[in-house]
Amino acid sequence: MVVSRSRLRQGLAKITVYVVLFIAVIVALFPIALIIMNSFKERKAIFRHPMTPPLPDTFSLIGYEKVIERSNFGLYFANSLIVTLGSMFLILFLGAMAAWALSEYDFKGNAFLGIYLALGIMIPIRLGTVSILRLMVKLNLVNTLWSLILVYTAMGLPLTIFILTSFMKQVPKELKEAARLDGASEYRIFWMILPLVRPAIATVAVFTMIPIWNDLWFPLILAPGEKTKTVTLGAQQFLGQFVSDWNAVLSSLTLAMVPILIIYILFSRQIIRGLTAGAVK
Amino acid sequence: MATIRPKRKRKFPTHILVFLAPATILYTLFMIYPLFDSMRLSFFSLDKQGNEFFVGLQNYITLFTNELWWPRLWGAFKHNVIFFLIHMVVQNSIGLLLAAILTSRLVRGVGFFRTTFFMPTMLSFVIVGFIWELILSPLWGVAKDILGVFGLEHLYAPWLGLEGPALIALSFISVWQFIGIPMMLFYAALIGIPDELIEAATVDGASGWKIFWKVKFPLILPTVGIVAILTYVGNFNAFDLIYTTQGALAGPNFSTDIMGTFFYRTFFGQQLQLGNPTMGATVATVMFLIILAGVLVYMYGFQRRVDTYEL
Repeated sequence: MVVSRSRLRQGLAKITVYVVLFIAVIVALFPIALIIMNSFKERKAIFRHPMTPPLPDTFSLIGYEKVIERSNFGLYFANSLIVTLGSMFLILFLGAMAAWALSEYDFKGNAFLGIYLALGIMIPIRLGTVSILRLMVKLNLVNTLWSLILVYTAMGLPLTIFILTSFMKQVPKELKEAARLDGASEYRIFWMILPLVRPAIATVAVFTMIPIWNDLWFPLILAPGEKTKTVTLGAQQFLGQFVSDWNAVLSSLTLAMVPILIIYILFSRQIIRGLTAGAVK
Repeated sequence: MATIRPKRKRKFPTHILVFLAPATILYTLFMIYPLFDSMRLSFFSLDKQGNEFFVGLQNYITLFTNELWWPRLWGAFKHNVIFFLIHMVVQNSIGLLLAAILTSRLVRGVGFFRTTFFMPTMLSFVIVGFIWELILSPLWGVAKDILGVFGLEHLYAPWLGLEGPALIALSFISVWQFIGIPMMLFYAALIGIPDELIEAATVDGASGWKIFWKVKFPLILPTVGIVAILTYVGNFNAFDLIYTTQGALAGPNFSTDIMGTFFYRTFFGQQLQLGNPTMGATVATVMFLIILAGVLVYMYGFQRRVDTYEL
């Protein structure tokens, strides 16, 4: 009797839990699905039957044709890719070097430098925008992709150095000492250690990549020129301009969204493992 | 050999410099220097030729007492507090609930659910803002149709265009987007709890509900603190969503204006008002102080007290 009651209770708990999860899945996915679905429909169908998927008689690519014709999405994509990959490379490479020095060598000022470099984790770099813009004007970097890469690198370094330092401290001493006995230079040893912290680097890569790709603030202020627009800024302005052209708006949203979703779904295991590992640290 | 040693020790090893210099220089030049320079600029004004001159606290006095500035600052701050509170209450408790469910061992396919709930977080504010603008638009009527399914059609209103509900609607849109982050942080903390602790409680006959609140929740308090401070810093620095959906003027009638949009308007300008870099720097410094206050409360008021419970 007792057993069956507890079983019943567990069964009820299970049902409740799945109902909650089901609702949450709908809430998370429905808006995304709705946009993608309607981007493949003709105008009338978008308004008359927003909830039905595109059928043979309502299917249309007119929105995509318009977007490709009237905007430079290809260029914006290239810009976003250059900025994101360039910043990522600098963040990971320079961050790993600094983290290695902080974790490996005992020198005067090590603790101070560690704190100094960690300050930026909590302070949003946006608060320095007025001076960043003035600095970029002086350096003649306004409306260049470099201005974005440099700012994003500075923005990403603190957390990267913080996380990588704690991971590099865990690399066994024997490995490094053996290499030193073999006469390897410090640079060689750093190069040798790097692959050992690959999981941590992947974590950091995810943490830093998403905000850079999605950022609107700095492209808007530092590189608003047509030639240097990123996808996020380009989409924002295109959407603002064609707000009444529903086909174009839905298609450009889909175009801006789908690449990220594909990358996310392909790498979601690694991304989530990285996030949870990073959170435990 | 012994005689050279002391000299060698004093010299800073080159390889350490090579490792540290690039990151430190970039970070100092593009992050630390601008932050301090902004604070310095808040004590200056610009003349017509664009030359700086020292004005002491005048910018702050203007910001806090001028009848054109003060209502905007106070409004932005107030809206930002509401924005933050909605995130704290709604986003973080739903995040905790989902994480608790996913770690309760009642569920199969945890990976699928985690991936799904985190998906909106991957999208940019711009995309999220427009998606919801379309869904809530009275032209399309999707929101109305959905309410209609539950017979609640009469509750629909073009929320983003109404002074009262716009800020709340935007807060919920932002919650929708970022729910994945607290969920993931809580999830990581909850799976980190040793099984023995939970088993011991189960043997003692405690229910799942009781185990969660009496055993698990006290153990993840440090994560609660981290989530709270991340939410605080993120919210008081938010900009993109409001700018995308409501524009730089944070309409209707400034009712969705938060610190980030106020800062942008002040220093970059908008239709009717020229940008003012030094006033912008002043607003940025005020934002810095607000964020700093939150971080200090977290560090001294929360983190220290909670550390004792850590495993």
